[in-house]
Amino acid sequence: MAGSAQLRGISPRFWQARQAGLALLALPCLAAAILGAVAIGGAGGAALVVAVVAVLGVAWSIERGRYRSWGYAEREDDLVVARGLLFRRVTVVPYGRMQLIDVTAGPMARFFDIATVQLHTAAAATDARIPGLLRVDADRLRDRLAAIGEARATGL
Amino acid sequence: MTDGSPPSVLPLDGNWRRLSPLSPLVRGGALAAGLLVVIPGLLGGQGNRSRGNLVGSVLGVVGVILLSMLAALVSWLVTRWRIDAGNLQIETGLIRRQSVRIPLQRIQAVDVVAPLLARIFGLAEVRIVSAGRGGERNRLAYLPAGHAAAVRSQLLALAHGLDAQTPEPSAYPLLQLDNTRLAIAVLTRGAVALPFVVGAGVLAAIIVGGGAAAGAAAGLGGGLSIVITMSLAAVQAFNADYGFRISEAADGFRLDRGLTQTRHETIPFGRVQAVRLVEPVLWRPFGWSRLEVDVARQRIGRHSDRGGQTVARVLMPVAPRDQVLWLLSRVMPHAQIAPPPGSRPPRRALLRAPLSWHFLAAWHDSRYICTRTGRITAATVFLPLGKVQSVRRASGPLQRALRLATVHVDSAGHRWRAEARGRDEQESEAVLWSLVDGARAARGRPADDIGTIAAR
Repeated sequence: MAGSAQLRGISPRFWQARQAGLALLALPCLAAAILGAVAIGGAGGAALVVAVVAVLGVAWSIERGRYRSWGYAEREDDLVVARGLLFRRVTVVPYGRMQLIDVTAGPMARFFDIATVQLHTAAAATDARIPGLLRVDADRLRDRLAAIGEARATGL
Repeated sequence: MTDGSPPSVLPLDGNWRRLSPLSPLVRGGALAAGLLVVIPGLLGGQGNRSRGNLVGSVLGVVGVILLSMLAALVSWLVTRWRIDAGNLQIETGLIRRQSVRIPLQRIQAVDVVAPLLARIFGLAEVRIVSAGRGGERNRLAYLPAGHAAAVRSQLLALAHGLDAQTPEPSAYPLLQLDNTRLAIAVLTRGAVALPFVVGAGVLAAIIVGGGAAAGAAAGLGGGLSIVITMSLAAVQAFNADYGFRISEAADGFRLDRGLTQTRHETIPFGRVQAVRLVEPVLWRPFGWSRLEVDVARQRIGRHSDRGGQTVARVLMPVAPRDQVLWLLSRVMPHAQIAPPPGSRPPRRALLRAPLSWHFLAAWHDSRYICTRTGRITAATVFLPLGKVQSVRRASGPLQRALRLATVHVDSAGHRWRAEARGRDEQESEAVLWSLVDGARAARGRPADDIGTIAAR
């Protein structure tokens, strides 16, 4: 869909990290639901567990959809980033316009050895962010973007 | 002013200079004037209290005024400036010394601003707009008005690598504002909302209070306060834009305006990121419109400028449409001003944007992306493709259900972006990539030929 280039997805590690994050939230919920079900007992308890599991399942599938929606392409002159499940967005940033490239990794991301690459231009509204790249890929992308950006830098 | 033609008012010899010795009076005077307003209030409010109390508070106010004068005096004593090794250097601060160096080559514009109090003393402030950090400290407040103009032209000459004695390039006058028109325009600008607000107030009062009389009273009270607020805003706008003149010099547009506080500003051609043509509904019978400008700048908000915004926002506050369009064609040469056929969004976009569909339009060529939006006031943004920072396409759930999408085009300005709303999904995809290609081609081209009149 991205014009002449195919979008590359982000690393499956991102999905692993997301699932781990979800599990940290979901397991206590599930435990609480089971305890509650034991306390209530009977059909009511079973319904409670089913409801909680259903909610968690929906959350899981939404997260998976969001993970799958991410995509990026390094084209000849610009970087294309696509994201969003409900609100679909495609952002195109010319290399020459990049002012600053951030590579960040939180504790969970570091555990899974992934990082987020964020591009800034002189426009505040530019929202080009690629989460969940392997650390080596993120560093390589940053260096590459910095090198190209320097070569093509244009004034405002 | 001294008419004895000072050969060079700039301290080119590298010696330190001081600001005008009258500047502490102006700086401290503003606060003093504010505090003097308080004294009558104290006198009135203290009717029942003892006399000693009253004298004490008046003495307190006088003390504060004296202290502020003293602070202004100290600030003047410790402030000095010079030109040394290609830098304009300003040092200030008694306890915390601050030294600002502005490389002359990076100066983009020099503005001269004269608030009312400064004008009384024959002074003016010189503000230096430079690439990179622009801020509170890049200014010389105050210099004698004659010197300020000379400093301005000499700094500009040095910034262009010329001899300091080079006279300022002559400016070609473009348009001048008609002040009676401005008066009518500022009055009608806010008036659109008035009946709605008063009506809503009356309605709310009737529902809550249950009486028509109470409703009328509330409506009257609310209406009155709104009228006062609006007339204050109108007076302010009138004061700021009075006598507005725009002219064009080799290095940019020159703006002169102001009734009590006069401003002389420059917008370098290269810093114009986008312009916006605004057509308020109440101006339509007169056939007037307004032209605004978005200028590149650093992220704002860290230090707000006390003297109002440092960058000009308006190229023409109000003028007949054909004049505004002519000015627009000077700023954005060869731009297509009227929406061409095919620039309107499909009918089904009415469901997504029922209140603004009638104005929505977007068109682009190899030079500009132009988009029109607005509910009761039509606003058309013209953005040169050479200034594009990023292009985005977004579609929410409702838009996707209607097979619509919006294309945003960002520039380095911070006020608006070009938004092609409610476009057909297929079309928006094509527009996105054609804008990306167009912007790449435009970046490769040399900058467009604005400013040709004066450069000739």
